[in-house]
This record gives sequence, structure tokens and C-alpha cells, in this order.
Amino acid sequence: MRNTAMNMVHKLAARDERVLYIGSDPGAGTLRAMSKEFPRRHLIEGISEAHIIGMSAGLAMEGYVPYVNTIATFLTRRCYEQVAVDLCLHNLPVRLIANGGGLVYAPLGPTHQAIEDIAIMRALPNMTVVCPADADEAARLMERTLDWPGPIYIRLAKGGDPIVSNPAHGFEIGRAILMRPPGDVLMVTTGIMLQRALDAADLLAAQGVRAGILHMHTVKPLDVETLLQATRDTRLVVTLEEHVPSGGLGSAVIETLIDNRRTDLPAMLRLSLPDRFMHNYGSQDSLLKKHGLAPNSIAAAIERSLAAPAAPSPQLHST
Amino acid sequence: MIQISPHAEAALTCKLDERSLYLRRLVLRTVRSAGRGHVGPALSLIEMVRVLYDNVLRIDPKNPRDPARDRAILSKGHGCLALYVLLADRGFFPLSELDGFCGADSILGGHPEFGMVPGVEASTGALGHGLSIGVGLALAARMRDRAYRTFVLLGDGEINEGSVWEAAMSASKHGLDNLVALIDYNKLQSYGPTDYVLPLEPLADKWRSFGFAVEELNGHDVGQLRDTLTKVPPVPGKPTAIICHTIKGKGLPAAESNADWHHKNKLTDSELESIRVAVGDF
Repeated sequence: MRNTAMNMVHKLAARDERVLYIGSDPGAGTLRAMSKEFPRRHLIEGISEAHIIGMSAGLAMEGYVPYVNTIATFLTRRCYEQVAVDLCLHNLPVRLIANGGGLVYAPLGPTHQAIEDIAIMRALPNMTVVCPADADEAARLMERTLDWPGPIYIRLAKGGDPIVSNPAHGFEIGRAILMRPPGDVLMVTTGIMLQRALDAADLLAAQGVRAGILHMHTVKPLDVETLLQATRDTRLVVTLEEHVPSGGLGSAVIETLIDNRRTDLPAMLRLSLPDRFMHNYGSQDSLLKKHGLAPNSIAAAIERSLAAPAAPSPQLHST
Repeated sequence: MIQISPHAEAALTCKLDERSLYLRRLVLRTVRSAGRGHVGPALSLIEMVRVLYDNVLRIDPKNPRDPARDRAILSKGHGCLALYVLLADRGFFPLSELDGFCGADSILGGHPEFGMVPGVEASTGALGHGLSIGVGLALAARMRDRAYRTFVLLGDGEINEGSVWEAAMSASKHGLDNLVALIDYNKLQSYGPTDYVLPLEPLADKWRSFGFAVEELNGHDVGQLRDTLTKVPPVPGKPTAIICHTIKGKGLPAAESNADWHHKNKLTDSELESIRVAVGDF
């Protein structure tokens, strides 16, 4: 997914002279072909994210569309004030391409694990937050970034994730994709949780449970209309995210349902990472498994939830 | 013991001309009417802003977004009263707007906002942002072969921020001789002396070592400011830092080098009288 997104920056740069690539200190050879073809628009600016965001704001004020790229935690935590003030307050078209969203950098420990990035980016007015599920979807997303008016946070996954997105669905920022029609259950996913939801849905189908999937690649602005429609007749709404429980997709979905339906809410189950830093290494997959986000655990949690007696008010759980 | 720069001594004794006094009257009238404002930081900055807007910047108040204009960013956004009075005086907006400073429906807040105030290039107030934005503007000019220059006004306390030095390295890397950083070196930040809070000396050497061409001057001497600012860049291929030795609260004996005047709410009758004595009826 990362290579695809990077190559798309090169492709967009070939098409549009406003496009810049700005890396802090990425891996050797990142976008080498672009650096040869457009050396003035391929900028490597050092481990100085606070400055890079401000500089990108200045370039965007002059009509450029900078694609800023580094590891997700450095692009969110380190320079949060610059993102808030220089990008969001001025509403400038800077694109933040965040490598290693979620637990991609599991072996490197908590400094490199972006587990609250969606929450803190989503909290900022004017910010758009998008988490593509696979490389094909990342390419379709990148096509849409060129003329999007404000800043965009793009949470990239590891790469090599199974391709499950479907070109027939197209891609619009802010338009959720209904991957499977809602049944007893509707799973709402973002990023690579889509793959896990698809596998969980197959497991549930084998048990006779019809589980729909709504892929919310854009967490902000959230596609309220599609969410309300897809949850209208379902018993249980399940959110899946590679993120702490606070402020991410689960929060966004619950807020939206409460704000729009107020009463008559479906039962809800939030599956997420716990509210703590990860102190295990291993791999993204092993950490997701450990925290109940493997397809079989997801299916089991949903079955348990369906079997529980109906509650008078929404039941919120997290692992 | 740190040696006191002759420019700092000159800043202390420097006499202000009628235009400088007039601009101070505008600032103080604004503070009186709003019942609040950063007085000290604005008064140390006035001559720097005045010379920029009167003599240096290629700008057209009737066309504040002219693509060919020079860009100026007040990175120490809390010095906005100095900027507002100059912008009003030069016709970017009516002088009467000053009376609404910080009011519910005013365009003029306690820190300048892009999109609200004609002539303001960037919203500032959080410190340590302006120089990076300035690097972006100057780099864009370079990449597109545009002739506009970028001037960024920084506070001395502000340059405690590490991001300023990230920006300085970057400006130097790109050889941005179309970028000028003006440092309002009044040696007093909110809490107290910069030497106490976080010593900056040797300040000129710091900027030099970051690859800047450095000029030092008395930041209240309009002639010196004009001579220096109309001849930038002093060294082709290098960004410029102009260290302006100033006096916080300059022009009001009660406020000069007095940390209590960093921000003022209501002015007392005796303070109002002391202002009248210093700058005339306002």
C-alpha cells in the first residue's frame, strides 16, 4: 500500500505541477524515480516534522499541493500544533501520508505505534481522515486527493494486505462503501479491519448469522446518510478498529447514531485495541490477535453479543 | 557577565519622532478602548513594523492579495497591536476598526488571523510557527521564479521554540536569500529577562552558525532599519537575520523593560496620565 501511495504521488506530480513530495527522512530511495524526473518537487527536509508542516503550509498558501510523508506517530504527535494551526486553521490542501498506521510497526514498540492517530486528527476542524483498506483502494483514494480543498490525513497500512476492495464500488472521499448488505449484524470497518470483517462474516455465515459490512474508509467527514440507512434494520452494530477505544471509528459511529436517532438505538459492540500502550512486540497480526481482532475472535464476540438478552439501552463493550 | 551591545544602549536612549509617537498613541488608544492588550511587545516592535510597511514592503493596501506583493508574517502574534495600527494607518482597513479590538464582532483579535484581517498573511499566536511558514513562502517564490520577498518578525522569547531552529536550518539549506527574519530582541519575555528564562546569547553567532547573514542594529532607529532593510539580502545566497535590539514598552517610561506591562488590562488613571506625558494626548 505504501509503495502504491508513493507511486501515485509521482503519477500525480507528472500530471499536475502543483504536486510536491516532502519527506522528513524516509527510507533510502523513496520515490527515487520522482526525484530524478522532478528534482525540484521531491524534497527531503530532515527529521523536523514541526517545521515541515509549517513549511508545507507556506507552500500550500502559494498554490502547491504538498504530500508530506513520514511515520504516522511523528506526523501526528510531534507536530500536532502545526497540523492544527498551520494546516487546519488555514484550511490548506496539504496531504499527510502516514506510514504504519495502527500496529504496523509492532516490533518497534509504542513510540512507533499509531494507536490514537484517528482520534486526534479527527478532533481537528477542517481535517479529513481516510484509512484505505488495501493498495488498490489507496490508489483510488490518491486520485481523489488532488483537488480536495482542505488537509487530509491518510493512514496507510503495512502493504501486501490482501486486495479486497472492488473497483466497481468506485471511491469518493466521505462516501462509505457497503461491502455486504446488512443482516442481523452490521460491521463498520476502517482500514485493514475490512479484511478481518470479511473473514469474520464468512465464519458467521457458516453459523447462520447474516453479517453486513460497511467500509468507512473516510472516518471524517463520516458518511452519515449511508450509516443511518445501513443500520436502520439491524439488531447489532459492531465497529472494528485498529485504534484505542477513545475517539476513533467506534466513537464516530456511536456519536452519529445518537445524534441522529436519539432513541431506538441498535445494540452496539465496539471492538478495538485497549486504552493502553502496547508493551508487546511481535507483529501487527499477533498484536491484533492478542486484542481480539482476529476474524475468529470477532465472530465469537459478535455471537456472544447476539446471544445476550436485549438490553434497554445501547451496550458498549470493548476488548 | 554578558557584554551589553551598543545597539541595546542606543535603543534605550533613542528619541522617537512624531510618527513613532503617533503610532504609539494609536496603540494605547486601542488598549484603552478594549481594556486589554499586549502593550510591551507592541511598543518594542513599532519601528520595525513601521519601516517595513512605510519603506520596504512592496504592497498595495487596495489589493492585499496581489500575487506580486512582498509577504510579511508577524510570528510573534501577540505584538499584533503594532501590526494593526500600521495596517490601519496604511489603509488596509479603516482606523475605526481599532476601536473594536478584541470585541465580539471585531476583525481584530488578540492575535492576528488570516482571512479576518486584510494584510495578514498567516494566523499566528502560537509561537514558533512563522519562520517555517516563511520558508515555505520563500521556497515557493524560488521554485516559481517570483520576485517577492518574505519577512518574518520573531520575538526573542519565541525563539526558545525548537521549531524556529529547524526552520533556520531549512532556510539555510535552501539558500533562501529572499527570506528575512527580524528578531525583536527586547530581552524580556513574559516571566522576566530572557537571560533568566532561557539565555539566548551569543545570539548573533547562533544565527550565523545556522547559515544566516546577520545584521545587528538599534530596533528603534528608523534610519538604521531603513538602511538595512532596503539592502537585503546583505549576502547573496544566504537568508538574513536582523537582530533588532529594542526596549520592551519603548516610549512609556513606566512600561520600559517592565515585565508587568507585557499584557495590560484596565489602565489606571495615573497610568493614563503617564502615557499622556510620554506620547501626548491620545
